[in-house]
Amino acid sequence: MSSPAVTEKKQKVSVPFDYNKYLRPNKLPHIWCPGCGHGIVLKAMLRAIHDSGIEKDNICMVSGIGCSSRTPGYVDFNTLHTLHGRAIAFATGIKLAKPELKVIVVTGDGDALAIGGNHFIHVCRRNIDMTILVMTNATYGMTGGQYSPTTPMDSISTTSRYGNIEPPFDACGMAKAAGASFVARGTAYHTIELEKTILEAIEHKGTSVVDIIDACPTYFGRANKYKSASQMMETIEKDGTVSVKQADKLPPEKIEGKALRGVLHKIDRPEYCEQYSNLIVEKAKGK
Amino acid sequence: MAEKKKKLLQGNEACVEGALYAGCRFYAGYPITPSTEIAEGMSVRLPKIGGKFIQMEDEIGGIAAAIGGSLAGLKSLTATSGPGFSLKQECLGYACLTEIPLVIVNVMRGGPSTGYPTGPSQADIMQAKWGTHGDHPAIALTPSYVQEILSETVRAFNLSEKYRTPVIVLYDEIIGHMREPITIPAPGDLEVVDRAKPTCPPEEYFPYDDRYDVAPLAPFGSGYRFHVTGLNHKKDGFPTNDSKIIRENNERIMRKVDKNLEEIWKNEETYLDDAEIAVFAIGSTARSARFAVNEARKAGIKAGLLRPLTIWPFPDKAVKELAKKVKVIIVPELNLGQMVNEVERCSKNAEVIGIHRVDGEPINPAQILDVIKKHK
Repeated sequence: MSSPAVTEKKQKVSVPFDYNKYLRPNKLPHIWCPGCGHGIVLKAMLRAIHDSGIEKDNICMVSGIGCSSRTPGYVDFNTLHTLHGRAIAFATGIKLAKPELKVIVVTGDGDALAIGGNHFIHVCRRNIDMTILVMTNATYGMTGGQYSPTTPMDSISTTSRYGNIEPPFDACGMAKAAGASFVARGTAYHTIELEKTILEAIEHKGTSVVDIIDACPTYFGRANKYKSASQMMETIEKDGTVSVKQADKLPPEKIEGKALRGVLHKIDRPEYCEQYSNLIVEKAKGK
Repeated sequence: MAEKKKKLLQGNEACVEGALYAGCRFYAGYPITPSTEIAEGMSVRLPKIGGKFIQMEDEIGGIAAAIGGSLAGLKSLTATSGPGFSLKQECLGYACLTEIPLVIVNVMRGGPSTGYPTGPSQADIMQAKWGTHGDHPAIALTPSYVQEILSETVRAFNLSEKYRTPVIVLYDEIIGHMREPITIPAPGDLEVVDRAKPTCPPEEYFPYDDRYDVAPLAPFGSGYRFHVTGLNHKKDGFPTNDSKIIRENNERIMRKVDKNLEEIWKNEETYLDDAEIAVFAIGSTARSARFAVNEARKAGIKAGLLRPLTIWPFPDKAVKELAKKVKVIIVPELNLGQMVNEVERCSKNAEVIGIHRVDGEPINPAQILDVIKKHK
């Protein structure tokens, strides 16, 4: 990021940050298990939203079904908890109807990449201005720990008792291939980095996808013999990832099998709502 | 549209005119025969008047985006046919429970499954009522003429806005693709209803305020920050496990229809005053029935026609009254027996006879006339 943008951002941050401004305190405590990273992601997201300076009235948060999709209930925006897999489709309607709203989709890996995979692909292709935060915990937590589209091979879950034989999705690779103009990965472990990544995603014009590795100790952790939530976080999120900035400097054997963190892809590409106004509406006027 | 205009239009084109007249400014859908002309028409017309059109990646996305558009404050439409209507059912239930206005047009084609895409049917009548899971309010309108597709689409939006509930416009492929001369109404000719919006300060706003059967609905982004969920919820929109609140809310959304039947029902009665034998029909079948009834009258048979333009809620009252007067009620329908069971439920004394056809061909007047003559 160039320095003028940083200066501009610092001016926005002059209002002191207070979680209570953004939370709905009477809706807490949340439903998430002890050791779950969703609360860490929520906090990083709220700090990023604060830093963006966007008013609460102008933020619309949309989710589907699952543990992560409970997030909108806790935050004081225009919030919509939809159906399993459909968050992005509902969000597309809201954004197109009211482009002045900042639309943020909070979803899980099952919600976004399995049952909602089609919407995920096509929102990226359209490059409609929307931030999609995928909390990837390799688990269907709400239903009790079944394998998901990001569960590593050989992993144990309640529906893969003999080990998972399905290869996992790379959400970032798919988002980039489908046309998303901003693709990044973070983890619940690297909280400061995550906050910055989410802020950059929110400030990006176009479809921005952040894949957030956020392990589930209750189901994935116990089924796969992790000793504790923190040990699991260190193994999967800290040791299992490498910053994209460092990756170039490291020998191939040091990055093999590790997920890259940071902004992986960022391009300028026409945004859908602007295209609609600039091309379709303009051409229709003359007809 | 400053003045009345005569046009030769196809049913699906008339649907577009009706939607725009009603103030629809958002369309999301997916191409499917025999409803595609509605999407095509909306894609041309909406951008000219500041509206939004999007062709989504699938049928589910079509209705989901339309619900989103409505929640953002625009009157929204999606159109489809059998297979797409099946796919949209979960979202339809979502709109019922979250009370987000929406109009869904289902141009009925032959089924089940992919069936007969270019052939007509009336086989989604029960699906329009029972398609989505759980108890839920259902309103479905059944026009028979191209002019009526326009006016019933307007009425669908009005009912949807008034009762904060999805409304289905249900017509068969025959009238969807038929061309007839129609009059485009001038502004003010037809009533147009807009949803109630809150006037209270945001901190006092409840999206499901239980002081009303139909609470005002604030558009997202209008300063009223609130929560919407498909879970059973309290008046503030947040989920609840409180059995009393769940029951009250489930009963209230049904009451929106059940307490307003007289306003939602609409029937056309032809020659029923002295009729001894009646036909009960909708859509294209009602056109054949009208012809048959006219022919029967010419032959001296006291036949009449009850044509409901609202099929859901079912016109119990009209059928019950009819069944007291006539000996026989004939129910021709392009399915293997859907409306006929409902008519039977409401007919204690009269004999009810179904005429059913599922070969992709219309029920013609002669078929109905034969049955009238047999039972005169």
